[in-house]
Amino acid sequence: MTLHRREVVKTLLAERGELLVVAGLGSTSWDITAAGDAPLNFPLWGAMGQAAMVGLGLALAQPKRSVLVITGDGEMLMGMGSLATIGVQQPSNLTLVVIDNERYGETGMQKTHTAHGVDLAGVARACGFKYSKTTSSLKALRSIIHKGAGPNFAVVKVAAEKLPLVLPPLDGVALKERFRRALLGDSADVLSQKR
Amino acid sequence: MQPDWPQEVHRALSTAQVRIVAYVPDAGHQRLIELCQGDRKMRSVVLTTEEEGIGLACGAWLGGEKSVLLMQSSGVGNVINVAGMLRTCGIPLLMIVTMRGEQGEFNSWQVPMGEATPGVLQAMGVSVRRASRAQEIAPFVADALRHEQATAVLISQGVIGIKSFRQ
Repeated sequence: MTLHRREVVKTLLAERGELLVVAGLGSTSWDITAAGDAPLNFPLWGAMGQAAMVGLGLALAQPKRSVLVITGDGEMLMGMGSLATIGVQQPSNLTLVVIDNERYGETGMQKTHTAHGVDLAGVARACGFKYSKTTSSLKALRSIIHKGAGPNFAVVKVAAEKLPLVLPPLDGVALKERFRRALLGDSADVLSQKR
Repeated sequence: MQPDWPQEVHRALSTAQVRIVAYVPDAGHQRLIELCQGDRKMRSVVLTTEEEGIGLACGAWLGGEKSVLLMQSSGVGNVINVAGMLRTCGIPLLMIVTMRGEQGEFNSWQVPMGEATPGVLQAMGVSVRRASRAQEIAPFVADALRHEQATAVLISQGVIGIKSFRQ
């Protein structure tokens, strides 16, 4: 059965509760926005390759909250070293999900390395992720995201399709501030040390 | 007597409640890295490339924590594109950069990036402070942590000493 990226992301984010969500540059930022823009979403509009590391920083700063990074295969390939870095840190509250259409979707649907057989779940497993699988079982994945003893990694293969853009806010400072206020409350605006 | 700058910088990081210390090692940072690793209130994060420190800093700040990135000047070249996020999102990352390619450098391959380091940082909107004496380092670090802006403190090769290839 072929899965479609927007339905996959919508299913993963349904009834998300307190989940903190980072999305990688490109289609996955549009996907999480199509599922419903939210203050605790941080969609990246740049910094290709850094989605997993933004997730790691968040997971280390907020060890009691579940953190989900949703990114594409091209974005993950650019930051493959971060899988080794996360493997060393072993954040139990972090899950990475790669929405894998085997294409660079924003630039003309050129094939990525995963179209040629590169196995990202295999790389993550070798880097020490506690759970790492290519899966189509979204129900099981939802439970891993919310309860799993991570770090967790999943690849979900989806159809290569060009979809209408659903764009999140573009202003990086505004995205950061709404996220921090939603997560940290009033202390987000307080200076972090005495002067 | 030379001031013990790694100890002073560690104290400044501790005072500012920096809890996440990311690094790609440099011989000049060895002692500071060890002090941070030995501090139970700090989480040391070894990176595969300096770029990862930018993403990490962004995520940590979203979660309410300050971080610092320790690297040598060659690493500045590795962060250029993603450093744009610091400015676009207003992320207050402190980078402490040990310089290579300056006076007395043996390895000429270090010279181009060493020469370009301050210009590259400034071109990406990162404030640059150059410490040419050991006693300047910790005060620059403390200032940068107070100002909560993307700042790089460059430590001259003269302070660190020249890497020897005779060992």
